[in-house]
Amino acid sequence: MTQDVHQAGSGLILPRYRRDDVDAHPPLLSPGYRSTVARAPQQPLTHLPQRLTEITGPLLGEGRLGDLDHDLTRQHDGEPQGQRIIVHGRVRDGDGRPVPRTLVEIWQANAAGRYRHASDTWAAPLDPHFDGVGRVLTDDHGRYRFITVQPGAYPWRNHDNAWRPAHIHFSLFGRAFTQRLVTQMYFPGDPLFVQDPIFQSVRDPNARQRLIARYDHANTVPEWALAYEFDIVLRGRESTPFEDEDDDE
Amino acid sequence: MSEPLGVTPAQTVGPYLHIGLRWPDGPYVVPEGTPGAFWIRGRIVDGTGAPVVDAIVESWQADPDGRFDHPDDPRGARPPALAGFRGFGRSETDGQGCYRLLTVKPGSLPDPDGGTEAPHLTLSVFGRGLLHRLVTRLYFPDEQEANAVDPVLCGVNADRRDTLLASPAPDGLHFDIRLQGDRETVFFAV
Repeated sequence: MTQDVHQAGSGLILPRYRRDDVDAHPPLLSPGYRSTVARAPQQPLTHLPQRLTEITGPLLGEGRLGDLDHDLTRQHDGEPQGQRIIVHGRVRDGDGRPVPRTLVEIWQANAAGRYRHASDTWAAPLDPHFDGVGRVLTDDHGRYRFITVQPGAYPWRNHDNAWRPAHIHFSLFGRAFTQRLVTQMYFPGDPLFVQDPIFQSVRDPNARQRLIARYDHANTVPEWALAYEFDIVLRGRESTPFEDEDDDE
Repeated sequence: MSEPLGVTPAQTVGPYLHIGLRWPDGPYVVPEGTPGAFWIRGRIVDGTGAPVVDAIVESWQADPDGRFDHPDDPRGARPPALAGFRGFGRSETDGQGCYRLLTVKPGSLPDPDGGTEAPHLTLSVFGRGLLHRLVTRLYFPDEQEANAVDPVLCGVNADRRDTLLASPAPDGLHFDIRLQGDRETVFFAV
């Protein structure tokens, strides 16, 4: 593989991760999403050189997973209400390399758009058979797969007649602290995108498209479940002609 | 080498983060009873001074010898000598905006330019209203000499460095995180 190296006084050679483009992520201050106004820092971010703490990171998960953590429809005695779906995809870095054996955590509302959470007061029913939480490790090729139900849209109080498009929260660790990412996956063609300031906070329309899963008919299982494919890209390493095959595990 | 793939953009964890991110053992970087363990506690406040009650803090650090159990550490991955040391902590904030982490002091680290990094934790903050994580570092108050030559601290405006310095507390250290405004914590672009 190709990786960048940084070598100087100490003889310490560190990989270096490519810094994200300015428009790759939403601006912290995005006033359309009102909660950012009092929470976004006002001072510019300070440049942090990537050193040992940043190019390493927790490699977690093996002992943290239960057998059914990937299947949100089988965590209770009965099946949850709603449209059964498969959500799967690949986790890669910006150079297209798979990110194997990395922890993926998801959480979501139920089919009615209600979260199992004390702070969610939306008057839609809870589902006794649905918690809305899942975890998996990617396989050796960076692939993951969940079975769940299609989450519902739900209202919130950000602006007049505000509704969140249906979404699933995703948390990823990658291989290093620099790659840590929390995001949301949306569904194709959602009419609520236009009025959602969280989705729209990503200014670059091409980047925004990366938040939308693809309906995947080839992996839809006949008479059982619709499939959606959601590929995730974590930042890659800066490239120099330094070859190293030792992490193709 | 082809054009790099565009990264997936970040989005907020939202107010219901606890559903997916709560770990019963989250705050324990080391198990209770570990020799030398202490609590790091602090409060997260917003620009109005209000506590941030729907956030999580994650920590990452070297072990007490300054080593990482990670294949990209060029000195070699080394399992920690300290039993149960995870290096990673995760704590949600409570109704007062307070988080807590039980850990041990990390060792200092060699820096690629030939210097030495003072003992530190790196912290990520996620929360409702944060569209992307915020990254900061925590330094130790009893490391004045090491802090004075730490290459990252030295890159921070002198009048803001103290926002990265924890203070002594009865059972460990205290470290508040101010997201915005007066004495705003220094946050980093990694």
